[in-house]
Amino acid sequence: MRHLMSPLDFTTKELDALFNLANDIEMHPDKYAHACEGKILATCFYEPSTRTRLSFESAMTRLGGRVIGFSDANSSSAAKGESVSDTIRVISCYADICAMRHPKEGAPMVAAERSGIPVINAGDGGHQHPTQTLTDLLTIRTLKGRLNNFTIGLCGDLKFGRTVHSLIHALSRYENINFVFISPEELRVPDYIIEMLKEKNIPFEEVVRLDEVLPTLDMLYMTRVQKERFFNEEDYIRLKDFYVLNTEKMQLAKEDMLVLHPLPRVNEISVEIDDDPRAAYFKQAQYGVYVRMALILTLLGLA
Amino acid sequence: MLNVGKIEEGFVLDHIKAGKSLDIYEHLGLDKPDITVAIIKNARSPKMGKKDILKVECDINLLDLDVLAFIDHSITVNVIKNGKIVEKKILELPKQIKNVIKCHNPRCITSIEQELPHIFYLADAEKEVYRCKYCEEKYMEKAK
Repeated sequence: MRHLMSPLDFTTKELDALFNLANDIEMHPDKYAHACEGKILATCFYEPSTRTRLSFESAMTRLGGRVIGFSDANSSSAAKGESVSDTIRVISCYADICAMRHPKEGAPMVAAERSGIPVINAGDGGHQHPTQTLTDLLTIRTLKGRLNNFTIGLCGDLKFGRTVHSLIHALSRYENINFVFISPEELRVPDYIIEMLKEKNIPFEEVVRLDEVLPTLDMLYMTRVQKERFFNEEDYIRLKDFYVLNTEKMQLAKEDMLVLHPLPRVNEISVEIDDDPRAAYFKQAQYGVYVRMALILTLLGLA
Repeated sequence: MLNVGKIEEGFVLDHIKAGKSLDIYEHLGLDKPDITVAIIKNARSPKMGKKDILKVECDINLLDLDVLAFIDHSITVNVIKNGKIVEKKILELPKQIKNVIKCHNPRCITSIEQELPHIFYLADAEKEVYRCKYCEEKYMEKAK
């Protein structure tokens, strides 16, 4: 039985098969409309997450399956003190596959060790969020036609953003990727990631201003810079506009540059560029459903 | 010169970094079984200048070599039987250690899940980095 804990659990070859399946689902949704009939997905969400949970629920429903679950710890037996190990043993009796989000890092792995059904990590604290990374990879692969030979800019909070860390790790397995890290000094990429890139001889640069590097990028992955991450208000006011993408900055970018964002967006991408054909963040949400459909089919052995 | 007598069966742990023998005594749980232990601190050593030595008289199956290797794999382990060295064990960093050290990440599931073992795996043998199996947090104290 297979689980998904980290985006690196699948080899690049396995990911190719998964993405091909996701693309086929996109092209021929009817073919898969009953693929999971009679199967049940349990969404065990110990902390609220509207988009990820609904994306999983949408994925299973579009496959003809059913969904049970809870959407915060207070409405589950965790509030009575039940362990993750016990919960998953019980859920294994009720469902065929489980997507689990938990504020504690490693909780889905504990579940996977005790589970009788495949477990998907739907986000564990600041640790991993593999289905977001699979979504990002599928979006890039589908819209760019490849997962190699490009320059990607990652902008915003690069220190605490787990989606960014996972994406860097996942992309570091592909050839000829050039990383450009755009962040304030306080929110730079952690050292262990820099060390990993150096060890693998993967080119990268770190800059403070987005407009300086925009013309060189094939792709821009935006994240939110939160005010509370700054040491003082002055720095926040001085720097915040560097990390807001607007029409003016988009004029500096290549004509086919993709703009990605894990969402929710607050104000780091101006709504005025939503209609720009380069804005891919809402398509990304759509690909999130396709990749989760492909993942459910794969882990259930129905692919 | 201090004299400590021979042991008949057990271990002599040699080349322990000076001052570290008590840590090892504790980690190996040598305080628990009813056995004879000699702790020699700051012995003269041509190789190390000063070193610690532990002499443990016990059943030779009692010692957890993985724990010892995790603490310091440069320690020499002499196995003694009938008063003689019968084997010198070379220690290798264990791939995984269970319930020897605890994960200190407050966000880790090990901080709340009942009776969950604390398991660390060897993430980088060269730098001797161990990470928690569940949250992947680096174990920091070893690096000090």
